[in-house]
Amino acid sequence: MNLSLTDEQELLREAARGALSRANYVEAAREALDGGEVPDTWPIAREAGWPGLLISEDHGGAGLAPFDAMLVMTEAGRVLAPLPLLGHLVGSWLLDRGGYEDIEAVANGDRRVAYVPARPPGDVETAWTVDSERGAGRAPAPTLDGDRVSGEVFWVPDAPGADVLVVACDGGAVVAVEGAAVEETRRYDPTRLLGHVRLDGASGTVLEGADAEAAWYLAQALIAAESVGTVETCLEMAVQYAKERFTFGRAIGSYQAIKHGLTEVLRRLDNARSLLYYAGWAAESGAGEFPLAASAARSAAGRALDYSTRENIAVHGGIGATWEHDAPYYFRRAQLSRRLLGGTADATDRVAAELFATAAA
Amino acid sequence: MDLNDSPEQAEFRAKVRAWLEEHRSEAPPRQSTGDESQYIDARRAWQGKLAEAGLAGVTWPKEYGGQGRGPIEQVTVNQEIGAAGVPGILDVIGVGMLGPTIIAHGTDDQKTRYLGPMLHGDEVWCQLFSEPAAGSDLAGIQSRAKEDNGGFVLNGQKVWTTNAQFAAYGLLLARTDADVPKHKGLTMFIVPMNAEGVTVRGLRQISGEAEFNEVFFDDVKLGADNVVGGVGNGWATALTTLMFERLTIGAGSEGMGYRADRFTAAIAADGHAVRDPEVRQRLGELASELIALRFLGYRTLTALQKGQIPGPEAALAKITTVNAAIQATDLIADVLGPDALDDDRSEWAYAISFLPGLKSAGGTEEILRNTVGERVLGLPPEPRLDKGIPFSELRAKEREVAAS
Repeated sequence: MNLSLTDEQELLREAARGALSRANYVEAAREALDGGEVPDTWPIAREAGWPGLLISEDHGGAGLAPFDAMLVMTEAGRVLAPLPLLGHLVGSWLLDRGGYEDIEAVANGDRRVAYVPARPPGDVETAWTVDSERGAGRAPAPTLDGDRVSGEVFWVPDAPGADVLVVACDGGAVVAVEGAAVEETRRYDPTRLLGHVRLDGASGTVLEGADAEAAWYLAQALIAAESVGTVETCLEMAVQYAKERFTFGRAIGSYQAIKHGLTEVLRRLDNARSLLYYAGWAAESGAGEFPLAASAARSAAGRALDYSTRENIAVHGGIGATWEHDAPYYFRRAQLSRRLLGGTADATDRVAAELFATAAA
Repeated sequence: MDLNDSPEQAEFRAKVRAWLEEHRSEAPPRQSTGDESQYIDARRAWQGKLAEAGLAGVTWPKEYGGQGRGPIEQVTVNQEIGAAGVPGILDVIGVGMLGPTIIAHGTDDQKTRYLGPMLHGDEVWCQLFSEPAAGSDLAGIQSRAKEDNGGFVLNGQKVWTTNAQFAAYGLLLARTDADVPKHKGLTMFIVPMNAEGVTVRGLRQISGEAEFNEVFFDDVKLGADNVVGGVGNGWATALTTLMFERLTIGAGSEGMGYRADRFTAAIAADGHAVRDPEVRQRLGELASELIALRFLGYRTLTALQKGQIPGPEAALAKITTVNAAIQATDLIADVLGPDALDDDRSEWAYAISFLPGLKSAGGTEEILRNTVGERVLGLPPEPRLDKGIPFSELRAKEREVAAS
């Protein structure tokens, strides 16, 4: 039994924190909402070696594990870094396993890729589906005919500007497509790059051996890890303020109403973080449990994210809901993140589905 | 990240498993089915066998009959006992919390006299801390032990006392000096439960069962050799017990049977429930919390292995356990209907009645959140009226505030 981070993992985390401390991304988000540009962070990712994180060493990557990638995502989530890593990490992981030819260029970051997600069939919805443009309904996943892909996928993280789209199709096939039409979408959270992908018989390379189902859960684990980082920051901000702000002659953190809300953030954070360990373990050593572990992590982290970003604003009082304050940008991140990649509720549903399946076995 | 046993741990586990395999047939059932006192005797005898085999007091030092091993081995033993379908030791409170307190603070004579029979189940112990007017604010206890002819005379009442009805001894916190601030005038005692003036009365709960007791003390005579940890040093001694309590709680909520798979199985046969989005959301949320506890536990064990003592954040695991179990049994009752509340027809009726009280056991949720907020997050404490005030003047001051 040992859940300690290895020295290499500690280094990876410290290096990520250092690399992401050079700019103020919250300030950038505020400016972007007022019409400014979101800074290009891809050079930082390349310098740090993150594009090749999940690509095997013989393909020019670092050959690290999903849990290592989750550590980097947590650091990105802490500071709302606008890194296009979510799409790239999952996409590159699929390309690496699917025998993609130009993998070295992906590993060194010359080519940025984005994963175009599709939800694997479940016990109630038995088809491969994608998020709809509007509403709670699901749309059919893109279909593959020979090497041609057709279909629409909405709200795809990191798709705009990606050199390669790695598309999960109906039936679980995975296809690498270049030059597809991507419509960059308005973003409530400008630190998140998003696009609608439209494929109309686009020709691509079918990636034999790429596991579209595992990719879905990898994406769930990564966005969960990113959320945990955001929760960490919200807790730190709120605790700091609760010690400094006085009412009726006392620091507000001394009031039970505030204290109990903040311990609830800590409780949710601790549980979500524990589930990241479960997902990280399952990704490497317990593939059969990975759908449950990743879904539980996403579910708990998504709910912690909602709770902590609201609590952070509430502890700060009215000022926490103003444009000049940082808390609203974490809130914006939470609002959008929770609805991406099937949404938090879908992950929660999958936890139940996995448990029911086990009970029936 | 490695969830596997090290070679040494694997060897230990194999030995434990082999012993349990060989002796499983000698174990009583996990729950009493007939006569209560016969069942308790059987459980005590079983504890004796476990102790002789080195499966009780795993973390106790060897010189007191323990194995001198770490918390990982204790967890291994718990896991194997659970897997074998046999009960563990009867006196979890004694061996887990009170024995370690005596080891830390007791005299050599006390260790020699009490620890062996405790470990082997020959003498069961109970914890006499909480009182009707002092639970969360434990240092506010009113039981008085007055010095008398080189000994003490004890008067007062304790409550929520598990196992008192068959315990041989209790570890009791009493006030020996009311003229100093409340944390300072306390002393810890060993009390023979058969002493004259000790009365034990069952305390029935929502379920109708009496799992706890009230214990009354009327002019109970205690010797100076009954004092543990020194006169006036009771608070520090009590904190040791509470630290071991945290360790016991932190070591595994799954042992209480509050597991996601078990709750799921209770409703999985209902075809409507299985497809109902609301049921699925509720199950998914509470199950995620319970599954998180397993890895939270592994993280705690990792810290323990490195020699770190579990902090008050273990209290959050208790809060998660209780609330997730409440949500789970509530969901089960919603799915199964009124049948779920029927003791004769449902294994859940008992848990439904038991859980509201568990919210306050081992520290109320509110007190635990205060502790975590202050010790872990570093938030300032609430202002208090009792600081530096002699205990004897406290009631008058409280009345004054209430009247104002």
